[in-house]
Amino acid sequence: MAEGDLKTLALADLHAELGGKFVGFAGYAMPVQYPLGVMGEHLWTRESAGLFDVSHMGQVMLPGDSDLETLVPVDVAGLAEGRQRYGFFTNDAGGVLDDLMIARVPDGLFLVVNAGCKDADIAHLRAHLDGVRVIEDRALLALQGPKAEAALAALIPEVADMRFMDSTRMAWNGAELWISRSGYTGEDGFEISIPEGRAEAFARALLEDERVEPIGLGARDSLRLEAGLPLYGQDMDPSVSPIEAGQAWAISKVRRSGGDRAGGFPGADTLLDQIANGAPRRRVGLLPEGRAPMRTGVEIFTSPDAPTPIGKITSGGFGPTLGAPMALALVASDTPGDIPLYGEVRGKRLPVAQVKLPFTPPGFKR
Amino acid sequence: MKFTEDHEWLEADGNIITVGITEHAATQLGDVVYVELPEVETQVSKGDEIVVIESVKAASDIIAPLDGEIVEVNDALADKPALVNEDAMGAAWFFKIKIDDLDALDEYISEEEYKDLIGE
Repeated sequence: MAEGDLKTLALADLHAELGGKFVGFAGYAMPVQYPLGVMGEHLWTRESAGLFDVSHMGQVMLPGDSDLETLVPVDVAGLAEGRQRYGFFTNDAGGVLDDLMIARVPDGLFLVVNAGCKDADIAHLRAHLDGVRVIEDRALLALQGPKAEAALAALIPEVADMRFMDSTRMAWNGAELWISRSGYTGEDGFEISIPEGRAEAFARALLEDERVEPIGLGARDSLRLEAGLPLYGQDMDPSVSPIEAGQAWAISKVRRSGGDRAGGFPGADTLLDQIANGAPRRRVGLLPEGRAPMRTGVEIFTSPDAPTPIGKITSGGFGPTLGAPMALALVASDTPGDIPLYGEVRGKRLPVAQVKLPFTPPGFKR
Repeated sequence: MKFTEDHEWLEADGNIITVGITEHAATQLGDVVYVELPEVETQVSKGDEIVVIESVKAASDIIAPLDGEIVEVNDALADKPALVNEDAMGAAWFFKIKIDDLDALDEYISEEEYKDLIGE
């Protein structure tokens, strides 16, 4: 896509003023990094608070009585007002169409979906449900890191009382903010939906706090990878089931076999069978032994001379907090979990250790 | 010192040429976390991909600017790849290549021409 075809964010001028370097991502001109650099921004977020513009993501409102449970394997009916759950849209084969956040709010269900999938998600929702309303006049910001609470509470003191995955509405200078205590960096933090016309003033108010720095897409990716969080389009896609992707935990008990509302979502037979009997592949965390990062697409073998790969890396890079390369891979389920594996980089098989995820400990406030 | 349009610098000492990347290139790459260097005594041809530089986000190659033999590589980069960001034009040289044909350097551009190229 030519640069001129990219959509711009409401805060584009602010990003440019802050020295943001832009790249095309999911059809938007997005700040990938600021003068601090990807490494510096990553470490800043782990130690203090990073402000991300995630306005490219889709925001959708559904009526409260929406039958969203027919599209997601999540307990939506039992979701209390003011609470949020993570989930995914599945296809008939049990693959993942997108992952999303679902919050029950006073006037319905508020969904946040990935930028690259939002058009397809909205079409999917409209094909099956009534009352789908796309929110196009609100920006979405994420404030993440151990000092996120203190920095946001300096503007809105009540946020300090929110628990992880609470979703609530609060006012700031007359603007209604939709705030959830969540994020996708492995840190405590908040996602804040705000009317576009007020977003710049709010972002500036946060950035005036010396604990807050603007953070780009580059660090967002390394932060989520260190936190062991799968990324849609890399670690999950329509050919990967959520069980394979290590996300079985997000399939609610009431939607599983034996539950009050078992099944009833696309691919239910396959997914419930995989929960009971295992899936063909599983997601593993890998630590390459050397310093060479192993990136997406690197094939994984069980020995230096095994003829065929048993899987491949779906996300890989360097972990600034970890100080070492790290990767997520999908491998055949019968691969023993306690043996070293080998990633083939530029024709060489290099050893990788299988490790428990996440790579770095989470900072969520339960 | 000569420059390539691929953002390498070449410093000649007799027929031994030291090669690194420019500060401009290092800034564009971002934080370098790993450098894979060629082996000493390797014969290389102009255009061969002989160095891999991995930054936090991506991998990129450096191609051999000249025909010749690798006579020395900068082992300091193995332990401290961040040197590329700190001192691209000095301590972070990548390799030294021995060439037969010194005239081959003539096709590369001067510092002034390089600065024009990157708009400085």
